[in-house]
Amino acid sequence: MKKLIVNRYRCGYCGACVAVCKFNANELVETYLEIYEDKCTLCQACVRTCPMNALEVVE
Amino acid sequence: MTDYDVVVVGAGPAGSIAAKTAAEKGLDVLLIEKRQEIGVPVRCAEGVSREGLEKFVNPDSKWIASEIENAEIISPSNHKVVLSAENAGNEVGYVLERKIFDRYLARLASKAGADVLTKTSAVSFKRENGTVKLGIRSMGEFSEITAKIVIGADGVESRVAKWAGIDTTLKLNEIESCVQYLMTNIEFDDDTTYFWVGRKYAPGGYIWLFPKGKDAANVGIGVMPSLAEKSAKWYLDRFVEEHFPEGEIVEVVVGGVPVKGAIDTAVADNVMLAGDAARHTDPITGGGIINAMSAGHHAAIAAYEAIKAKDYSKETLKRYDEKWKSDFGESLVRNKKLQEKMMRLDDPTLDRLAKSLEGMPIEEMSVRRLAFELFKKHPRLLWDLREFIV
Repeated sequence: MKKLIVNRYRCGYCGACVAVCKFNANELVETYLEIYEDKCTLCQACVRTCPMNALEVVE
Repeated sequence: MTDYDVVVVGAGPAGSIAAKTAAEKGLDVLLIEKRQEIGVPVRCAEGVSREGLEKFVNPDSKWIASEIENAEIISPSNHKVVLSAENAGNEVGYVLERKIFDRYLARLASKAGADVLTKTSAVSFKRENGTVKLGIRSMGEFSEITAKIVIGADGVESRVAKWAGIDTTLKLNEIESCVQYLMTNIEFDDDTTYFWVGRKYAPGGYIWLFPKGKDAANVGIGVMPSLAEKSAKWYLDRFVEEHFPEGEIVEVVVGGVPVKGAIDTAVADNVMLAGDAARHTDPITGGGIINAMSAGHHAAIAAYEAIKAKDYSKETLKRYDEKWKSDFGESLVRNKKLQEKMMRLDDPTLDRLAKSLEGMPIEEMSVRRLAFELFKKHPRLLWDLREFIV
């Protein structure tokens, strides 16, 4: 089962990934990135956008 | 159950100016900020135009880190074009200390009579009987407030836009992925901003150095995800290793900068968007502070007029669209076109362009002036953009 994960040690909580998500599958709660797996389509727009390379899709 | 005329979501420059202006007009205003401290984490290179800033506030040494006289643009093979501030129209005249500046603006809003809540997020939104029921979570406590108008100044990751039904999702060629280091132990002129352009440095963006006083500078990068093969951080690290091997990194700043150009509309029933939430950032420079403050001001005036008329419909709020579009919408459109053009130029072409202006005195630090000078030298190359330049 593939899923999107965030490496919290790399994440700079900037919200760029939220701005490019068409599916409302993420949200920046103060400085905590929430990912809603049920909405995520694994399109990887956020993965490509993240300035810190903090997002990846894993098996 | 509290009632407000206007609830402003987000206490950045757009939100604070909106709240301040609306409160000065005598409206009941609430300004909420999801973070516990206004102004941090910073997501900004902190450059602003002098004239733009002075339209809203008196410059104060407490939050001005540097005053800028020159801008140096460096091409891939190291040709340098220098713009200097002899005339008006400069894009970067001050480098701010946003941590302090943003708090100052929020305090102006509270002084004007706006209520302010930090560590407070908007979590739900529903329209009811012509007004909005906005759910907020303040220091962990949920409550519902009624607002006639909600101004979404909630940044690049705007939730208000989504709730209101305004689609502002950015495509991968409509955002700059940015990282910036505050660096010490590096050499630079403290009255000069530097811009390194070309795919070699930053695919679809550029690298900048903005002085913050004499001893430190913001060194940052923006890259376009549709063109970049690696992360913004990777490109910046490579540059820093090459150019400032002795430099120390004392702060890290990360951000996504909208470079969409002008959106069709920033309004819906009961809602206006301002600043990054409305994609009001300049597509070439990435500068957004002055447009955000202007938008906040226009939105507050439109809110005042709508409340006076007791009509909060999209139709009435459309006045705000007209206001921001006539103020800076045209420059967003022009600079998006220019940016698309610039991105198609390969590094040898950029070198040729920079070489043709090398050593030439250009006494204005603005994209428009730079484009004009290039157009005079290379009319054929930029012919399709002439209506935006001349």
